[in-house]
Amino acid sequence: MNSENHQLLLRLGDDALILSQRLSEWCGHGPALEEDIALSNIALDLLGQARSFLTLAGAREGLNRTEDDLAYLRSDREFRNALLVELPNGHFGDTIMRQFLFDQFALLRYECLAAQRFDLDVAAISAKALKETKYHAEHSAKWVIRLGDGTDESHEKIQESLNTLWVYTGELFEPDTVTSYCTNNGLISDPDQLKSQWLESINLVLEEATLSLPSSEWMQCGGRNGIHTEHLSYLLAEMQVLQHKYPGAKW
Amino acid sequence: MVSDRLSQITNALERVMDPELPFLSITELGMIRGTEIDDEGKAIVHLSPTYSGCPATDAIQEDIRAMLSQIDSNFEIKLVLSPAWTTDWIQDSAKEKMRQNGIAPPEGSSADKSFLLGEAKSIACPQCGSNATKLVSPFGSTACKAHFKCKDCLEPFDHFKCI
Ligand SMILES: [Zn+2]
Repeated sequence: MNSENHQLLLRLGDDALILSQRLSEWCGHGPALEEDIALSNIALDLLGQARSFLTLAGAREGLNRTEDDLAYLRSDREFRNALLVELPNGHFGDTIMRQFLFDQFALLRYECLAAQRFDLDVAAISAKALKETKYHAEHSAKWVIRLGDGTDESHEKIQESLNTLWVYTGELFEPDTVTSYCTNNGLISDPDQLKSQWLESINLVLEEATLSLPSSEWMQCGGRNGIHTEHLSYLLAEMQVLQHKYPGAKW
Repeated sequence: MVSDRLSQITNALERVMDPELPFLSITELGMIRGTEIDDEGKAIVHLSPTYSGCPATDAIQEDIRAMLSQIDSNFEIKLVLSPAWTTDWIQDSAKEKMRQNGIAPPEGSSADKSFLLGEAKSIACPQCGSNATKLVSPFGSTACKAHFKCKDCLEPFDHFKCI
């Protein structure tokens, strides 16, 4: 099986899985009951998306690996998620800004994948994920506006969140052999085009939120090649502990 | 023979209820996308999950297996992701049952995205029928519901989201 296709499935599955794990840390700690429920709901949708993509990745690679094998038995260097989604939750504004930047990207990526006819399994999962992501994107955008155009304190805090997270957004549009494979086969628009669409959508919201786009050009990358921040190792340690301690445990 | 077997299966599936909405069958919710007998004589049930991460999907498959194994020994459940499940597939009878059980059913067609875009159309309160209701949170007690409040009778209620 084609290794670029496998890498694509891991990127899709791992982005959803790791962000889901992060968001679920909010369960029981949300700033309000409604928000606690919202973040847990989003985490659950993402987990469902991750399951579909990782199941497909396992089925296609022919090594007899299930979604669970891929989630619980890979080491940090084998994960292909973007660095953005593994970053710690920080305060509520940090979580919302991370979610906003990712949702707007996921929306564009799923729109392409749902419309293409090169990989029908991926199109089917993406069409479903797209419906869910529209809902998530609406939610995070509203919060960005509410916090940005809120009190002086909330404005200052979420501008700071944007400034800190910004260097992790370049990786979402980093061209490599996998994005070439996607562009050449009509799976996803080319990274430059995707990036300008993404900038257009986030600018609309940031403007309404009275927030300004950071000017820094330098971008951090590595996640797509398995070079992660230290935060992923801690996240995996918690997520995988049971399967490491009791291999094959079922309940 | 084949049609007898299929209609028995269809009837049995009508008795499999949704674990989160136990007054509704998965058939009424539009989750059963068809049944057929394949070339080897195996009955195939096509099931469409509502949300990617809905934890009820696993429970529903177990319930289908338990129900069908009473009448058939050779069947398989296949998950259908495409086309994606939509609230348009929910039967009208189910919408009335939702209302009776305090849940405001999805309104109109999923092609209308106004609710999604925050231009909330008026959702009638399932308790008193008033249209003076307010969205409390777009995320409710399960993935498929949003949380509303009625300004007249002051009761909170769930609204089945239109997707
Ligand atoms: Zn009322």
